[in-house]
Amino acid sequence: MRAEGSGKEGRWAWRLTGLMTVLVYVFMFAPIIATVVLSFNASMFGGFPMTGFSLQWYAKLLDNEQVLAAFRTSLWIALITAVVTTAVGVVTAFALTRFEFPGKKTLSTLVILPALVPETILGVGLLVLIKAVDQPRTLLLLVLGHILLAVPYVVLIAQARMVGIRRVYEEAALSLGASRFSTFREVTLPLLIPAVVAGALLAFTISFDNTSASLFWRPAGVETMPTQILSMLKISISPEINALGTVMIVVTVGIPLIGGLILQSLTRLKRRGEPKEKT
Amino acid sequence: MTKGWTLYDPRLAWMLVAPVLLLLIFFLLLPIAVMAAYTFFTFVTAGVEQSTLTLANWHEFFTDSYYHGFLFKTLRVGAMTALICGVLGYFPAYFIWATTFKHKWLLLLLLIVPFWISFTIRTFSWINILGEQGVINVALLKLGIIHEPLPMLYTEGAVILGLLHFLLPYMILNVYVSLESIDRTLIAAARSMGCTSAQAFREVTLPLSLPGLAAGLLLCFVLAAGSYVTPQLLGSGRDALFGNLIYDTIMGQLNWPMGATLSIVLFVVLGCFAAIYTRYMGMSQIVKGLGG
Repeated sequence: MRAEGSGKEGRWAWRLTGLMTVLVYVFMFAPIIATVVLSFNASMFGGFPMTGFSLQWYAKLLDNEQVLAAFRTSLWIALITAVVTTAVGVVTAFALTRFEFPGKKTLSTLVILPALVPETILGVGLLVLIKAVDQPRTLLLLVLGHILLAVPYVVLIAQARMVGIRRVYEEAALSLGASRFSTFREVTLPLLIPAVVAGALLAFTISFDNTSASLFWRPAGVETMPTQILSMLKISISPEINALGTVMIVVTVGIPLIGGLILQSLTRLKRRGEPKEKT
Repeated sequence: MTKGWTLYDPRLAWMLVAPVLLLLIFFLLLPIAVMAAYTFFTFVTAGVEQSTLTLANWHEFFTDSYYHGFLFKTLRVGAMTALICGVLGYFPAYFIWATTFKHKWLLLLLLIVPFWISFTIRTFSWINILGEQGVINVALLKLGIIHEPLPMLYTEGAVILGLLHFLLPYMILNVYVSLESIDRTLIAAARSMGCTSAQAFREVTLPLSLPGLAAGLLLCFVLAAGSYVTPQLLGSGRDALFGNLIYDTIMGQLNWPMGATLSIVLFVVLGCFAAIYTRYMGMSQIVKGLGG
């Protein structure tokens, strides 16, 4: 199949590429696997060698009130961020793909900026603004900040999908007398569902995972999950942190995977349902 | 065709984008503007400043080699990280694109999975590899190759390794996206005209994938140079980067005007690199890389 595969030279180059690929994947996952393995270590110290299998660090984690509080805080912030960002992001993407208005190009560039400007700068900037107008740091501020950080991704994902949806569907609904809003709800939105779900999941993880900016923005005394881990790491790397890391990995990898599976089975169900409707 | 019935009325568009626009104004543009103004404020004592205008902060930045050292080190670490990412990332991107392996989606999924795992966890997991009780040291000690643990953690090398770990998926996906957009018949044509596979790669595939590589390089450079967590967790005090300097200036010394000055410096320097890039490449490739 592969045109480049022929010839001795090509075969060696291909083998080298394959080897490098394997090495890069090992590099990507080795530390994560080490962390998961170590979380079951019976030893008192957070490191190798393994001295036995134990679940004690998970039990200890469940008793750690600080960690649980941070987990709840992060969960709420991430949920609100995901819902709000998806709503405003999808609507913005709709305007940017369907409408022509002055300043559209500037806005499309502006909307990507939060993803490109280093978080430290965004963090300091908002903090300086708050100080200048003499306002305290609040949870609302933190959530709005997270929404800012997630907006570029949601808009880009929704835009990419929206470009593929032909205008005629919407225009047909409109010409048949549907209102603007019901056209969006009945025609555009259902076609956009994959992008909406993908965007919401990404916004959730961006918020749940955010560290640098949260360090600047969080109100005094409030810890999110990542800042909690950071302050725990300042003391020492204990097996408890490895256990906490493993729980987080299971949550943040599990949610999108399950979401993706549900989405896939939904589309499959729909496809199976379609011919039946016709008969 | 449909222009006649003001179907896509600009006024409605403005209403739709209003929430995001307001957020961008109040949380992105205004903060940067206020921060720029703060660089001219007078620092009195920790946490206190006066709005008396002064050039003292800028004077301090331009004359004190302490800050220059930080800036150069940050740019050097960013550039090294981006270059190594480019070299290491090209292989997997090319492999995924060219392979006839049936479950290609699995390879791509594995590249996206790290984005879902907390960045803090991915970074500290390197302590389990490089630390005194990490995989490498424990294995080498057991094998009798070394007699005391190698000091690998809390070095600049560890910081770069951590940054590579964080940025490689960005690079691979960027290169992959641009490889995907290559018309494969071009390569077949080059081969049928008598090119060797190496020539076809050098003359056709590589040049056509350069936009993705360039976008990846810029993204990795900017994200590495702006990093805070990685040097904090994997480096010693000497390996701190500009982001750490800003954090310490503001959260530690409470010197807000100087912190604002340093933030603006980093913003302008990284902005220049991004501007040079967009001048030659345009924004579209970055958009593709982020959205893909």
